[in-house]
Amino acid sequence: MTTPAAVEARHLTRVLPGAVPVTLVLDVELSVMPGEFAVITGPSGSGKSSLLYLLGLLDRPSEGWVLIEGRPTADLSSDDMAALRLEKLGFVFQFHFLLPEFTALGNVLIPMRRRGTLPEPAMRARAAALLDGLGLAEHRDKRPDQLSGGQRQRVAIARALANDPAILLADEPTGNLDTASARTVFETFRALAHDQGRTVLTVTHDSTLAAMADRRITLVDGRLSRGA
Amino acid sequence: MPLILSIALSHLAHRRRQTLVSILGVALGVSFFIGMSSMMRGFQQDFVARVIDTQPHVLIRDEYRRPPRQPAEIAHPSAAVGLSGLEPRDEPRGLRDARAILDAIAAMPGVAAAPTLSGQVLLRFGARDVSVGMTGIEPSRERLVSKLADDLIAGRLDDLSSAANGIILGEGVADKAGAALGDMVTATSPAGVAMRMKVVGIFSTGITAIDNFETYALLKKAQILQDRPDTINRIRLKLADIERADEVARRIETRFGWRTESWQEASKNVLGIFVIQNGIMYSTVSAILIVACFGIFNVISTVVFEKVRDIAILKSIGFAERDVRRIFVLEGLAVGVAGTACGFLLGYGMVEFMASLEFEIEGFVRSQGFVLDRSPWAYVTAGGAATASATLAAWLPARRAAKLHPVDIVRGGG
Ligand SMILES: Nc1ncnc2c1ncn2[C@@H]1O[C@H](COP(=O)(O)OP(=O)(O)OP(=O)(O)O)[C@@H](O)[C@H]1O
Ligand SMILES: [Mg+2]
Repeated sequence: MTTPAAVEARHLTRVLPGAVPVTLVLDVELSVMPGEFAVITGPSGSGKSSLLYLLGLLDRPSEGWVLIEGRPTADLSSDDMAALRLEKLGFVFQFHFLLPEFTALGNVLIPMRRRGTLPEPAMRARAAALLDGLGLAEHRDKRPDQLSGGQRQRVAIARALANDPAILLADEPTGNLDTASARTVFETFRALAHDQGRTVLTVTHDSTLAAMADRRITLVDGRLSRGA
Repeated sequence: MPLILSIALSHLAHRRRQTLVSILGVALGVSFFIGMSSMMRGFQQDFVARVIDTQPHVLIRDEYRRPPRQPAEIAHPSAAVGLSGLEPRDEPRGLRDARAILDAIAAMPGVAAAPTLSGQVLLRFGARDVSVGMTGIEPSRERLVSKLADDLIAGRLDDLSSAANGIILGEGVADKAGAALGDMVTATSPAGVAMRMKVVGIFSTGITAIDNFETYALLKKAQILQDRPDTINRIRLKLADIERADEVARRIETRFGWRTESWQEASKNVLGIFVIQNGIMYSTVSAILIVACFGIFNVISTVVFEKVRDIAILKSIGFAERDVRRIFVLEGLAVGVAGTACGFLLGYGMVEFMASLEFEIEGFVRSQGFVLDRSPWAYVTAGGAATASATLAAWLPARRAAKLHPVDIVRGGG
């Protein structure tokens, strides 16, 4: 028996209905394996974010399917999808989206508390370790408005990793970072995939960074581009 | 602290001033309700208790609810004839079948009856004339239906029988006449009979209308004074269960035809005023609570509007719709509970403050200061209504928050 792909898209299509329907993603066939680190590239407006939302169960396709660890998701209720996001998926958005009233540590604790499988001290220890690993040891107790853009983005990455997700999805996580920090983040991603067997799928515009990935997926006008 | 609660409180802390105003609104509504209902229920319950203590629970009078039909009307039932200027035949007044009525009542369990003759008399003491009502009673029976013996502030009920012509005055009557215990007053009836009577007692019920206008004498003496020998014109009933008064009154009236009133019917006007009073109170308080709820609706809507990004991120993390809804409903609940708690304190303070006021009022009843109802009823009702409506006010924005589509928000970017 072969291990199923961590994330799989079959004939995936998303059209925004309206007077003039907008096609965001068109007929995408894709599978990413556990332990694989893949990047999605493509021009602005090519549908990279839209694809990521579909794969991350934040949006529902107009046609086609998304399978998570071999499990079809089309028939899941929105509650089931939420539960799956909580357990299996970590998200880093193009913009940081931290809760402003909570400290860096507090933000990282939110997914763990929601899930509630670890005792409080273990959650705190894990959150602290995640922040330390991303070079934020001294900034744990700062609130988002006391952090730089790059620091916030790293807190968001730590938060995405909080529940030890099998799949990490990131939408231009290094957009606000300097080259060195961006490299660190990508090295972290590669380690998460190669050393811990997770699946990492990230959007980037930076071809140097893209070169660090195992695989490069290119989107043009919502379709996979075979040429790249 | 549970995660959802800490998120909810962080939102309220963020909108601190609006939240405080909303809490204050709820607190005002709750405390007003507690204060006003304590005062009004206290007064109303006191009034009803006094009425039940002092008035007959059911009163049979020698009257008909409708004037008897005239012979001409009986002869031509369908005739379009108008009769005017007629003088009805002078009915022989009095409950002619009093014996039969008393026997029938004796057969009813939990009902005691006392026959009386009531009428107007003019009391003269020195140079003062006071027009009063005189009720002729049999003391042994009277004890069964009224607390007259307990209401005496001077003299004894038994002295009515031992004195030659004894009379018991209401406190207000005694004041107006200037008469005291042991004084001799002259009573003159509309029938023209005059009688020298000795004041053997003074009573006070606390109900102004009674204390200022009523007197009691022996039934026999009253019959002589009114020149109506062997006549009874009222039968007063006391019931073990006052809630049966209407039913008992209806039964007697149907059977004997005499106008028979329950205490509720007799106090209909005042009880009607109470209904209006309560209506005004409840609508005032509801208005305050509704305003408070608009405040809550407003805060929660503002928070939802401001926190769309946070809502999106929470949903992307894996919060289900119901988790998001719970956060915002919890915010309304928190405002409701905080407002209720403050309202309890304020309301308690208001009641204690009113309790500390001392003054004399004389309206329906005479009392010193407010009679206050301190039952937990007002707290439970106000707290329940405030908390429930606060939660309800938060429900709409909370539902909207739960329905937000994270993609619509994250796509928009920062
Ligand atoms: N709500 C919407 N209404 C109309 N068009 C939309 C809407 N949302 C997205 N689009 C369009 O869909 C296309 C894909 O958008 P998407 O955000 O997925 O692109 P992207 O590849 O992530 O771009 P970028 O690199 O700039 O982030 C774009 O052309 C965008 O203008
Ligand atoms: Mg994008």
